[in-house]
Amino acid sequence: MAATAELDSLTRRRFRIGARALPYLLSLPALLVCIGILIPFFTAVYYSLQRYRLSQPWAREMNWGETYWQLLTDPSFWNTLQVSLSYTILTVGLQLLLGLGIALLLQKRTRLNNFVSIMLLLPLMTAPALAALMWKLMTNPNFGILSYFVSLLGFEDFRWASSPDTALLTVVLVDTWVYTPFIMILLLAGLRSLPRQPFEAAALDGVPRSFVFLRITLPMLTPYILTAALFRVLESIQQFDIVYAMTQGGPGDTLMVFQVEAYLNFFQSTNVGRSAALLLILWAITFAISNLFIKNWLRLRERTHGEA
Amino acid sequence: MEHTSILERVLRGIAITAVVLFFIFPIFWILLMSFQTNETILRNPPSMAFVPTLSNYVALLTGRLETAAGTLDISFMQNLKNSVILSVSSVAVALLLGVPAAYAFARHKFRGSEDIAFTLLSFRFAPPLLVVLPLALYFQDVGLADTYIGLIWVYQLICLPLILWIVRGYFEDIPADVEYAYRIAGHSWFATFRKIALPLAGPGIAAAGLLAFIFAWNNFVFALVLGSADKQPVTVGALAFVTASGIQFGQIAAAIVLSIAPTLALAIYAQRYLVEGLSLGAVKG
Repeated sequence: MAATAELDSLTRRRFRIGARALPYLLSLPALLVCIGILIPFFTAVYYSLQRYRLSQPWAREMNWGETYWQLLTDPSFWNTLQVSLSYTILTVGLQLLLGLGIALLLQKRTRLNNFVSIMLLLPLMTAPALAALMWKLMTNPNFGILSYFVSLLGFEDFRWASSPDTALLTVVLVDTWVYTPFIMILLLAGLRSLPRQPFEAAALDGVPRSFVFLRITLPMLTPYILTAALFRVLESIQQFDIVYAMTQGGPGDTLMVFQVEAYLNFFQSTNVGRSAALLLILWAITFAISNLFIKNWLRLRERTHGEA
Repeated sequence: MEHTSILERVLRGIAITAVVLFFIFPIFWILLMSFQTNETILRNPPSMAFVPTLSNYVALLTGRLETAAGTLDISFMQNLKNSVILSVSSVAVALLLGVPAAYAFARHKFRGSEDIAFTLLSFRFAPPLLVVLPLALYFQDVGLADTYIGLIWVYQLICLPLILWIVRGYFEDIPADVEYAYRIAGHSWFATFRKIALPLAGPGIAAAGLLAFIFAWNNFVFALVLGSADKQPVTVGALAFVTASGIQFGQIAAAIVLSIAPTLALAIYAQRYLVEGLSLGAVKG
């Protein structure tokens, strides 16, 4: 009798241990793949603390942060930071405004609106590098349709991405073409999931629409706007594909955003240490932003879960 | 809501037309260009009246390019093939690894599970070059440079977090009671997972898989750094092709069309899933 009870509890414990190990076993392979990705990360930290040029392997040695110091005292680094920040602020600002506007425009569930929102998926599903190539063809000075339109407006010899004055704006335009639909989709989903009662009450009371928008719609939409904005800020400050495919950081250094600068440092000047240090500074910036993002995202997640 | 004035409806119509023009015109124009010869492309002023030709596509499909300097061999079809191999295998691997892990995160609150989950999410936000540039040096040493396997592993950086997060959200939406009931009826854990959880989360898994495929197909930087000519997908290949083909603009346009057609077709075919996946991936998890 006692023996069976003991056996029983033993198997139960074994079963329990098995059940406890299960989630670890299930997630282990995915975790291993990700841990594999941590190795190059720490390698980058190691490289950034070295004087390391591929062209001068004999001069490779630890210099304990001197690379960072050199970066911070180099005007080209501050140019990179400034270009990256301008790019981010311009793209995210423009895309938020446009995305919100389009989402409001398409808010009603009509057949036309749904059709248009599906069409707007297409730029988002275009590879950014290929989108850059498309716009390069359209802004070609010899036959580009956009160059032609601009010449009709009286701007002869408008040089788009190849002129330092307009390069940033041209690339921002391409980024806006690709990513505005992303913000639009998130905000449209948000708008359509808002509770109806406050709006019905406001309509009943004859509250002016500008007041409804500023005092009801916008505050209720704020978590969605923040999520979309943070998502885009994180990607925008790391922009590589569009800038590289369109101008490779030029003309001059007008479009030397972080990752393009790091790429060119690695492959053109073969300065591995400097490239790694640049990327780690970028990583620190994105890490700070993504913490902000995750906090906001958690709040939103609790809210959507609470309502469901 | 119902008393919209005529003026407002006209303004709305204009705004919607402008939006559609801005976002669809570039795709439409490149499509037109791809059916033109250099002569009609270079006309000034540009015109939409032309006799369409398939010669650009023929040149890409046969891989023989006639230029002023002579005949040139191009490997665009190889690029397309690479894109298919890399995207399909990356998504398959990510689903195989990610779906069970997502289930574990959704159903079991184990020690450190939230921390691990957030660490995984944060990979999605790290600068890709930070990981890829050191790998470029490692891959040389261990012989993974310029192999599909090496690239597919790196592609997990995009596919895996995406699948983990979207599928996890879907698993969390399935009431756990359904699974308990099935288990109490004497079925094993695995049978429950296979017969109950997987089918119920099916749409979510499809959405995540589709999105992962599109992101993998559109990726540029991984193959630019890690793949040489014969492993390059279309995103990198098309860019190299611009310099190789010189002034054959029609063929560049045709190459772009062939490169973006698969993802655009998927987007139209599965738009409901994609929108759901995108908003879930961003807003909910």
